[in-house]
Amino acid sequence: MTAYLIRRALYALPLLLGVNVLTFVLFFVVNSPDDMARMHLGQKHVTQEAIDLWKHERGYDLPKLWNAGAEGTAKLTETIFFQKSVGLFLFRFGRSDSGRDIGADIAQRAWPSLAFAVPALIFGLLVHITLAVGLVFFRLTYLEFWGVALCVALLSISSLFYIIGGQYLMGKLLLLVPISGYDGGWNAVKFLILPVIISVVAGTGSGVRWYRTLFLEEVERDYVRTARAKGLSETRALFTHVLRNALIPILTGVVVILPSLFIGSLITESFFAIPGLGSYTIDAIAQQDFAIVRAMVFLGSALYILGLVLTDISYTLADPRVRLN
Amino acid sequence: MSTGSNQLGLYLTLFAALGLAGCEGPLNSPYPAADAERNILYSSFSERPKHLDPARAYSSDESLILGQIYEPLLQYHYLKRPYVLEPATAEALPEIRYLDAGGRVLPPGTPDSAIAYSEYDFRLKRGIRFQPHPAFARGVGGEYLYHHLGPEQLARIQTLADFSETGTRELTAEDYAYQIKRLLHPALHSPIAELMKEHIVGFKALGDTLERDYFAAPKGQFFDLRRYALEGVQVPDPHRLVIRLNGKYPQFRFWLAMSFFAPMPWEADAFYAQPGLIEKNITLDWYPVGSGPYMLAENNPNRRMVLERNPYFHEDRYPAEGDPEDAPAGLLADAGRLLPLVDRVVMVLEKETIPYWNKFLQGYYDYSGIASDNFDQAVQVGSSGSPELTPEMLEKGIRLETSVAASDYYLGFNLRDPVVGGLDEAHCKLRQALSIAMDYEEFIAIFMNGRGVPAQGVLPPGIYGYREGEKGINPYVYDWVDGAPRRKSIETARRLLAEAGYPNGVDAVTGKPLVLYLDLSTHGADDKPLLAWYRKQLEKLGVQLVFRATDYNQFQQKMAAGNAQIYQWGWNADYPDPENFFFLLYGRNAKVPNGGENTSNYVSEEFDRLFERMRNLDDGPERLAVIDALQEKVRHDAPWIFGLHPKGFSLHHAWYGNLKPNLMANNKLKYLKIDARQRAARRAEWNRPVWWPLLAGLALLLAAVVPAYRSYRHRLRAAAL
Repeated sequence: MTAYLIRRALYALPLLLGVNVLTFVLFFVVNSPDDMARMHLGQKHVTQEAIDLWKHERGYDLPKLWNAGAEGTAKLTETIFFQKSVGLFLFRFGRSDSGRDIGADIAQRAWPSLAFAVPALIFGLLVHITLAVGLVFFRLTYLEFWGVALCVALLSISSLFYIIGGQYLMGKLLLLVPISGYDGGWNAVKFLILPVIISVVAGTGSGVRWYRTLFLEEVERDYVRTARAKGLSETRALFTHVLRNALIPILTGVVVILPSLFIGSLITESFFAIPGLGSYTIDAIAQQDFAIVRAMVFLGSALYILGLVLTDISYTLADPRVRLN
Repeated sequence: MSTGSNQLGLYLTLFAALGLAGCEGPLNSPYPAADAERNILYSSFSERPKHLDPARAYSSDESLILGQIYEPLLQYHYLKRPYVLEPATAEALPEIRYLDAGGRVLPPGTPDSAIAYSEYDFRLKRGIRFQPHPAFARGVGGEYLYHHLGPEQLARIQTLADFSETGTRELTAEDYAYQIKRLLHPALHSPIAELMKEHIVGFKALGDTLERDYFAAPKGQFFDLRRYALEGVQVPDPHRLVIRLNGKYPQFRFWLAMSFFAPMPWEADAFYAQPGLIEKNITLDWYPVGSGPYMLAENNPNRRMVLERNPYFHEDRYPAEGDPEDAPAGLLADAGRLLPLVDRVVMVLEKETIPYWNKFLQGYYDYSGIASDNFDQAVQVGSSGSPELTPEMLEKGIRLETSVAASDYYLGFNLRDPVVGGLDEAHCKLRQALSIAMDYEEFIAIFMNGRGVPAQGVLPPGIYGYREGEKGINPYVYDWVDGAPRRKSIETARRLLAEAGYPNGVDAVTGKPLVLYLDLSTHGADDKPLLAWYRKQLEKLGVQLVFRATDYNQFQQKMAAGNAQIYQWGWNADYPDPENFFFLLYGRNAKVPNGGENTSNYVSEEFDRLFERMRNLDDGPERLAVIDALQEKVRHDAPWIFGLHPKGFSLHHAWYGNLKPNLMANNKLKYLKIDARQRAARRAEWNRPVWWPLLAGLALLLAAVVPAYRSYRHRLRAAAL
C-alpha cells in the first residue's frame, strides 16, 4: 500500500505541473499583465506609470515563460511562470493580486462551504439510497413505476428552479426559514436547513435512479436468490447483502468528491449568501486575479488526485478482495 | 418508505427546534432575536469592496464604508442644495491665500496668470480622538504593546478583535500630512497620485524619492513616511495644516472632502506593516483606523461588514438648517441631536437580486434599490406620467425616493477618426444628425424603465452651470415645444446628413453607403436587444451600423490606441463642479497621446481656452457665462451623443428616517435614523409562519405510505406461499 501511495504521489507531480502550465497559458492568452494592472487600478486617472509600477511590484514585468535576456538558469527562473509556480507545490499560495493572503482567505471561506456541503452530501446519500432501496423493494409494482416517473420529472427540472422555487415556498410563502444568509457556529443551522433540503430534493431524481440501477443489478444475483431461498426476508436481503455489495460503485462516486467538498458550490452559495469558496475562483477570473486563479486550479487538481487515491483505498475497505499493489 | 417518513420527521424536529429557539421573533429572521428592537440599520452590498485603504479606495461601494470611518477636513452639508462644503474636522473652511513666485501674498483680484501658488490654511478642532485600536495600545512604560508582535502573540490572533488591549490618541495635523504622503507610497498605487503631482508643491519630487527608497529598502518592514518631508504640506503646530498648491486650483477643496485626504495615524501604518498580521489578512487595506462616527467591528467582505458606533466620536450634531422644503418634510426634526443616530450598521453581502428583494419586502433590509426584474412589482406610471409606488408597496408603507445621478452615459465619437472625426462644419453636421437619430427618450423607456433623464449637454442636473428649461436645451438636437424639449424630426437629421455629404446615408463622392462602427465591450446575449436598438436608430437615416464587440481588455486597448470610431462610455462625478465634467473634453487630457480621460480625443483651441478660464473662476455670473459658452461649443461640435443621466430609484421602509438623497456625501449614515420598535412590529406582522401546508404535505406522505405498507404485506404473504 505504501509503495502504491508513493507511486501515486509521484505521478501527481507531472500532472499538477501540466495543469499549472495549462492554466498559465490559458490565462495569459486572454489577459496581458497590462490588462490585469488596469483592472486592479480602476478606471479613473490610471497612467502608464502606475501600470508599470503595479506590474513591477508584483513581478508581472518579467518575461512570461523564457527570459532570453538573463544568464544561465535565470533564463528559466526569472520569469512570471517560475516565480508564481514554485510556491504552489509547497502549498504556499502567497498574496492575491489585490493584496490579500490567499491561504488565509481559503481557510476562512472553506468552513461555510463545508458546513453546507457535508450535511447536503450525508442527507443526500441517506435519502437517495433509502428511496432507491424502497423502489427496488417495490419493484414491478405501481409504486416503482410512479417513483421512477417522479424521478425523471425531478431530473428534468433545472437546479436553479429548485433554488428559486424553494426560497419562494419555504422562505416567502410559508415564512419558515430565512431566504438567505449565514451565521457562525450553531447559528448557521437555521440558514442551512433550506439549502440542504433543496440540495437533497434537487439531487433526488438523478441520485435515486443511479442507486436504483446499482441495486437492481445486484438484486437478481445468485447470492441474493440463495439468501432468499434460505429464508431471509426481502428487507434483510436488501439491507445486509445488496447494499453492501453495491458499495463499490457508490464509493466511486462519493469518495472522489469528498476532498473537493470544501471548494463549494457557486450557484447555491450565491443564492443563499453562504460565504464559502464557491465564487472565489469565478470572482478571481472576473477581476483578472491570476494569483487566485492559479492557486485554486492547482488546489482543485491536487484535491481531485487525492480523491482518486482515497477512492482506491476505500475499495480495499469495502471489498477485501481488492489489493493495492 | 417508512425511512422516508423518518427523514421527514427529522426535518420537522429541526423546524420545531428552530421554532423554540426563535420563539421571540419570526422564524425566517436572518438576524439574532436579541437584535430585533436594537437601533441597527440593515443594508446590503452586492460586490465585495476591493480596498478599504483611504489612499486606494475609489468606488462607491468602498466609500460607503470608508466615509463613515475616516473623517476628512471637509464634508458636504447633508441637506443644502446645491452642494456646499462645510468643515468636518476643520474648525472652519480654509483660509485661501494666493502667492507670487517669491512666496509673497497677493492681493485679492490678482489675475490668475500672476498666481504662482495657492495656500490652504486649516485649523483643526481640538479634542478629536481616534477610535479604540490596538495600534495605539501602550504598556505602563509608554511602549507600544503590539508594534513588534512575536510568534506566540501572533498564534493567538485571527482577527483584530483578538487583541485584548486598545488605545487612542488625539487627532493632529500630522495625521493629515502623513496620509497625503501615503498617496505617494509606491505599494499603494493611489489612483489620485498622478493627478496630485500636478498640483501639490513637491509632490512629484517626493514620489520619485519614495519610489527609489522603497524598492531599495528591506521587504517586510515598516516604511516610515515620517522621515520624509513634503514641501507643499506644512504642520506649523499640531492643530494647523497648510497645503501649498502650484498655481490656482479651486477644485482642490472638493478633494479635501474625500477619503483620500483623511487622517492616518502613523501608529496604524507601523502596526499593520508586521508580516505576521499581513499573512492573516489583517492589514490597513482591510481594517481601517479612523476618527469618524463608526468603526469597523466585523470585517468579512464575503459575508457581512458591521459598523459599530465609535465610543470616542467627537461632538457632532444634526444640521439645524436646510433647504426650504426640508422642514415640512420633517428633515429638521432632529436638528441639534448628537450624531450618529444609529448605533450599528450591518451590511450583508447579497449577490442575487431575488433573495435580496424578498428580504427587503419581509422587512429585513431597511432600504433597497429596484432591479429591473422587480420594477413592475414596485413602481407603476401614474396618471401624471410620473413614477408611483404600486398598491402592494403603499400597503407596506414603503416610500420611493428618486434622484438624478451626477453622471453622464453617452456615445462618444473618436475625433481622430477620418469618417466621424474632424471639427469642420460637415463633420459637425454628421455628428449632429446622428445625435438627433439616436432617440434616447425611447432608450430610457425601453431599457431603463424610465429611470433616466435625456442629456442636453455635458452637465447633469445639480451641477453648477446646469440650466433648466428652454435655456438649457441642446438646440442642435431639440426644439422647445409647449414648454418641453422635443427631439428634432428625423427629416432635420436627414437634411443635416445630406449637408454633411451623405444624402440618404450614401457618400455623395463615392456613391457607397455610409457604414459606421460602434466599439463596445459586451457581456453576451443580454446585449442583443440593445445592439438591435442602436442599429435601428441609424437605419432611420439609411446609415449602417456595424458592431465591433470585444472583451473589456481589448476594448480598453482600442480606446488607449485611439482605434475606436463610436464607443459607449460613462462618467461619475468626483465632485460637484463643472470642471469635473468639461475636463473630459479638454485637449490636454486627450487619450491619444496623453493617456487622459478625454476618450473622444476632442481638441479644440476655443474649448480649451474657455475651459482654462472657467476652471479657475469662482461661481458667479462670469463663470456661468463661460459655462454657457462651453456648452454651446460642445453642443455644436458634438464630440458625444449626449445620452442620458441615470435616475436612481430607491425604496425605504416607513421606519427609515432623515433620508434626503445626497449624491456627493460619503458620510451620510450618521444622519439616518431607524424606528426599531416599529420595524420589529412590522416584521412580526409580515412574517408569521404558515404551518398548515407542511402538515398537509406530511399527511399526504403518510397517506402514500399506507398503500406501500399494504403492498409490502401482500408481498410477504405471497412469498410465504
